Amino acid sequence: MSRNLILGAGLSSLVVLAALLSFVWTPYDYAALNIPAKLQTPNGQHWFGTDHFGRDMFSMIMVGARTSIAVALLAVGIGMSLGVPLGLTAAARKGSWLDELIMRGNDLVFAFPSLVIAILITAVFGAGAVNAIIAIGIFNIPVFARITRGAALSLWEREFILAARVAGKGAARISAEHILPNVANLLIVQGTIQFSLGILAEAGLSYVGLGAQPPTPSWGRMLADAQTMVSFAPHLALIPGLAIILTVLGLNLMGDGLRDWLDPRLRVART
Amino acid sequence: MLRYSLKRALSLTISLAIASLVIFAVIEIAPGDPASFMLGVNAQPDTLAALRTELGLDQSKAERYVSWVTGMLRGDFGTSYTYRTPVSQMIADRLWVSLPLALYALALSTAIALPAGIYAAARRGKPGDLAVMGATQLGVAVPNFWFAMMLVLIFAINLRWFNAGGFAGWDKGLVAGLHSLTLPAIALALPQAAILARVMRSALLDILGEDFMRTARAKGLTRRQALWRHGLRNALIPVLTIIGLQFSFLLAGSIIIEQVFYLPGLGRLVFQAISARDLIVVESVVMLLVFAVITVNFLVDLAYAAVDPRLRSRT
Repeated sequence: MSRNLILGAGLSSLVVLAALLSFVWTPYDYAALNIPAKLQTPNGQHWFGTDHFGRDMFSMIMVGARTSIAVALLAVGIGMSLGVPLGLTAAARKGSWLDELIMRGNDLVFAFPSLVIAILITAVFGAGAVNAIIAIGIFNIPVFARITRGAALSLWEREFILAARVAGKGAARISAEHILPNVANLLIVQGTIQFSLGILAEAGLSYVGLGAQPPTPSWGRMLADAQTMVSFAPHLALIPGLAIILTVLGLNLMGDGLRDWLDPRLRVART
Repeated sequence: MLRYSLKRALSLTISLAIASLVIFAVIEIAPGDPASFMLGVNAQPDTLAALRTELGLDQSKAERYVSWVTGMLRGDFGTSYTYRTPVSQMIADRLWVSLPLALYALALSTAIALPAGIYAAARRGKPGDLAVMGATQLGVAVPNFWFAMMLVLIFAINLRWFNAGGFAGWDKGLVAGLHSLTLPAIALALPQAAILARVMRSALLDILGEDFMRTARAKGLTRRQALWRHGLRNALIPVLTIIGLQFSFLLAGSIIIEQVFYLPGLGRLVFQAISARDLIVVESVVMLLVFAVITVNFLVDLAYAAVDPRLRSRT
């Protein structure tokens, strides 16, 4: 296992653990206002300091991790659960009108500036975590469809697939039983990358007020709140920002590491 | 080449048509009637009806779609519900901030990324390469709006080299205008530069393994000469594609960055329109951005095919 994988997995698990722990324990109630203790810099009582309402930043970061992870994970889920079957179908029916339709549809979604459409969707249907998930998820679909199709196409040429066909299995069954397990590694790696992009997208949407709504803490909105106070309380902006960076960095390193670990051939190709 | 261009132009038209349908449909499903929103809760039914006629809201959906699209083709984007001014005028005013910002960021990103990528490729595996790659790993992880806030903190609040926000206006001169766009452009450019540097590096490394590079070395060129004369030119093809694609990210990304710096660009226009439920403005700006992105991708495809004839047979 590479250093990348260990470091990335370590960082990512730290964030996931913090999010899980926040369901049962946070140092303070993340929503509890304590005006006399407002705007404290990090100290023994409040490890990450307090915000302008005296809320404990450490607790808010923990609960915010929950929001980021949930939104990004579900968005990856949408992308995978729709994109992978589409990709498998396109590969199984290579060259047919169905393949053509799926791939052209993919190109179309790819061509859209995702952030603009995400803003449109959340603006029209209302700001909130669910709409953010859908908006981010839609743009994950073509990513997974394309990657699945690409990998599946080369598998269809292989002898073990021919053997399965000779044995009388249909395209759908071959796709599910033989193709899917063989593209799973690739999907896990891509899933990690899309997960990290999802964290960034969620942060961006909540920053402009289109993500999770108060009182649910989210890292992006903590940054938006911090903006007017950055001159006298920079820790309000620094801490959520670092949380986002470390999470995304961890996931990216993990994705790179996983790719090398799961497929040593790629080490040479990628350099 | 002509055949290829026509084929791509056809797919461009189809993409734009579908895009306009999707955007129109999304706006149509939006809850709330713009006319009642404009007049408030105490509106008289006949005033409401008159306003609905004036805005064209009493027409069927198909009629409204057709008049929206044909209007845009003529450069008429309709009239803003809240400001009562032509949307095209509002867009034109804001475009003078957003477009230069995106181009400025694109120039910065290219100016940083290409040398960094070439440097890293030429020193593959050495400390210099590792440092550049480490920096790009960090660069893609940083949310640009957070980076923007840090730039404000350091360069505007502490060092006072720049203003924390706002736009001087081009009438104050080119330097003043660019000065107020510098921090936003840097914030926008950073993550894109990180991606571009990685692409530049790996494209160059791919090329270094090619036979013609070995030939170049065999005829007596030094490694550096071979890299500059033969390697770079070939490696630039994938890099140009990414630069083209990045334009769309920059234009879209400027929507959020404009919020950080209170820049009067398209992004702020969209958010103001969203909060005022001025859907005709939202609809038109989004369509314009999609149009810009799809068209730039189309031009990149054409440029790509012009440089590399092998690509014309694909698609």
